[in-house]
Amino acid sequence: MTDLFDGYPPGAAWDEVIDREGEVRPAYRHVHAALAKMSGPELRARAESLARSYVAQGVTFDFAGEERPFPVDVAPRVVTGAEWDTVAPGVAQRVRALEAFLADVYGPQRAVADGVVPRSLITSSTHFHRQAKGIVAPNGVRVHVSGIDLIRDEAGTFRVLEDNVRVPSGVSYVLSNRRAMTQTFPELFAALQIRPVADYPVRLLEALRAAAPPGVDEPTVVVLTPGVYNSAYFEHSLLARTMGVELVEGRDLVCSGGRVWMRTTQGRQRVDVIYRRVDDEFLDPVAFRSDSQLGSPGLMACARAGTVTIANAVGNGVADDKLVYTYVPDLIRYYLGEDPLVANVDTWRLEEREALEEVLDRLDELVVKPVDGSGGKGLVVGPRASRAELGDLRDRLRADPRGWIAQPVVQLSTVPTLVEEGLRPRHVDLRPFAVNDGDQVWVLPGGLTRVALPEGELVVNSSQGGGSKDTWVLADRRGPRPARPPVDHPHTVAPQSSVPLDVNPDDVRSQSMQQQQQQHERRGRAQVQDRPGGAPC
Amino acid sequence: MLSRIAESLFWIGRYIERADDTARLVDVHLQILLEDPWAEEDAACRSLLSVMDRDLPGPEVTIGRQEVLDLLAYDRDTPSAIAGSLIAARENARRAREVISTDLWEAVNVTWTQLPARLGARRAHSYFSWVRERSAVVSGIVDSTISRDDTWHFLVLGRSLERADMTARLLATRALAGSVAPDWRTLLHSCGAHEAYLRRYRGIASDESAAGFLLTDRLFPRSIVHALGQAESCLEGLDPLRDHAGVDEARMRIGEARAGLEYRRLSDLLDELPEHMERVQRSCSAASDAIRARYFPAGAVTTWMGGVR
Repeated sequence: MTDLFDGYPPGAAWDEVIDREGEVRPAYRHVHAALAKMSGPELRARAESLARSYVAQGVTFDFAGEERPFPVDVAPRVVTGAEWDTVAPGVAQRVRALEAFLADVYGPQRAVADGVVPRSLITSSTHFHRQAKGIVAPNGVRVHVSGIDLIRDEAGTFRVLEDNVRVPSGVSYVLSNRRAMTQTFPELFAALQIRPVADYPVRLLEALRAAAPPGVDEPTVVVLTPGVYNSAYFEHSLLARTMGVELVEGRDLVCSGGRVWMRTTQGRQRVDVIYRRVDDEFLDPVAFRSDSQLGSPGLMACARAGTVTIANAVGNGVADDKLVYTYVPDLIRYYLGEDPLVANVDTWRLEEREALEEVLDRLDELVVKPVDGSGGKGLVVGPRASRAELGDLRDRLRADPRGWIAQPVVQLSTVPTLVEEGLRPRHVDLRPFAVNDGDQVWVLPGGLTRVALPEGELVVNSSQGGGSKDTWVLADRRGPRPARPPVDHPHTVAPQSSVPLDVNPDDVRSQSMQQQQQQHERRGRAQVQDRPGGAPC
Repeated sequence: MLSRIAESLFWIGRYIERADDTARLVDVHLQILLEDPWAEEDAACRSLLSVMDRDLPGPEVTIGRQEVLDLLAYDRDTPSAIAGSLIAARENARRAREVISTDLWEAVNVTWTQLPARLGARRAHSYFSWVRERSAVVSGIVDSTISRDDTWHFLVLGRSLERADMTARLLATRALAGSVAPDWRTLLHSCGAHEAYLRRYRGIASDESAAGFLLTDRLFPRSIVHALGQAESCLEGLDPLRDHAGVDEARMRIGEARAGLEYRRLSDLLDELPEHMERVQRSCSAASDAIRARYFPAGAVTTWMGGVR
């Protein structure tokens, strides 16, 4: 039997399973043993059943206008509890700093006055919306949900690659990956203690209810989706379903009398909190794009009047601008008075003259990204670009230095992934999701691990044809069980005399009757053979 | 209708429902054991087995998922395990072959022919979804191809009684196991009620509303009160109540159990949940006996003994 790890090549990147000496790292001991023990066909059979369960569940995403099952890899990614306990506070810290920054940007702009960030950084951001100025967040939260993208560099250190505080998506894949993987690898779940992720919808709903306008006792929360043709529609419906709230489209909402309502069979019903999955520009044709049919006219006016909470808040894009990203460590020090727990990737701001010159010199060894792009759009990897592309890029950088940042090519860490030849290293990143309910920032244990399926590919994005992995954060076996509501009515009663399960007496009787009937037939046949023609007497 | 046929119909209803409910119950409990790193497997499996009326081995034996699967899922010899009850349902359908529709017979028979052998823990989930799918096919055919005459009444009577009984057993796991008790979310999942519940209560989960949903919700078809009400209306269909007449024993038992839940404060119910659930189970059992005594009286079995003069 050949081992699926045979010929596993060592690479320049940090491999999360096999260290540089070829030894298996302790966190992966169980997973590696289980995978190595499995024959190729067996693992492929499991991969097949995983894919089938995705098609059956309808876990799909939109790829170039076609509904495809979201590719999930059979080999999980493992993060130890100790590693996670350093990453999660770092993510939460970053969210707190971005919250403070947003409150400042759409408020007094102290950071500008104190010279922490230049004013032009804010005003030149395409996602800075003056329409959002003066909208007060009821419980001080603007970033209800965030996805902070992390990578592990060549030394295995986690670093932040980018922040997503507008409408980060992907959490539904975390939930469905986990469900599908427990069914595919029950034995691994039994052997390892993995922190559960199923709490997410409850946490999200609590955070959304906490964000309701003041004075609303029983807030009505809805999820606003662009509609079934949106690439993340599966996620919208899953979140609405698991939170037990309505999934509305723009045309289901109506703004009237300074309030937002939804049209129901019982007449209008007031809406208090909108978890919107529609981009800012489409939210309200009165305030933004007038041709938008995805939003509801008057929404912004209601938000300004404080009768409805829009989550995440409008205008958050100014905080996940990639140029702002370069200032986030400073923002953490400025607002929180703390040192950043998770570092950034080194970045050149092309606005600065020396930086631009250096980058233009070394363009063929750097990664250049547009500041407001998401999903890997417009990104150029220097070493892989042609001479013509680089020349073209040079002109664009000179024309609009504010629009771009440059970073060294980081060798993202690799994790074994099932491909044609067996298990091979592929680059991954990690998007943990954080939910802010105003009192604390809760980070979902794990998050979405995205994997670049082509060999050596460093751009990891589902809209670029990437896959995903289930991310297992190990619980410390001896650690305390996290707070869980106590059993409401504890009983120490020993199992009582249980009530018997009834059965049809005929089923019990039938066995003896069956024997008798068969005996009867047998005897009849025997008699016929013994005495041909003769009647028994 | 022949009493013998009626009895078979009643039991087809019960066995198919039993397979369905047991599959849901075991599936969700095993899933929780996998997902919750703090679950104590042995204690959780023991509470499950004791609720399902199985003898528990002594404390020196550790019970795990495979034992639970063998006893509750793959055992073919007893009609209280999934495989056994599907086999028994098919036996009963064979006896009532002439009154049930061909569609129904084929659905039950195909289930029996496709019944897989013992599977490992890894494939248990696909086995359970198969069982649920087959019982959904059977109930769908019952509802769409059988006239609402006595045939249907007996089938649905069996189904409703069994459902009330199984939901009561399920809720009893909540109280029995103490610290390893499944939470209400798990119980809702077992009944396929989680999403209905979330919609009903807008995701504001509380233990109390969850318990209320499974015990007394009038609209959710798997709540105990709804299932008992359905059983009552089947009895009503079999023998409409006339003026001045008292109710028969079966209806009395069922109505008593239903009223005991419906007309009681939820907090009182929760305080003594195991006792109340045991009462529901005993009432179902007594009603089942009463139905048998009334509708399927077996002639007194004559036993011939070697005579001693």
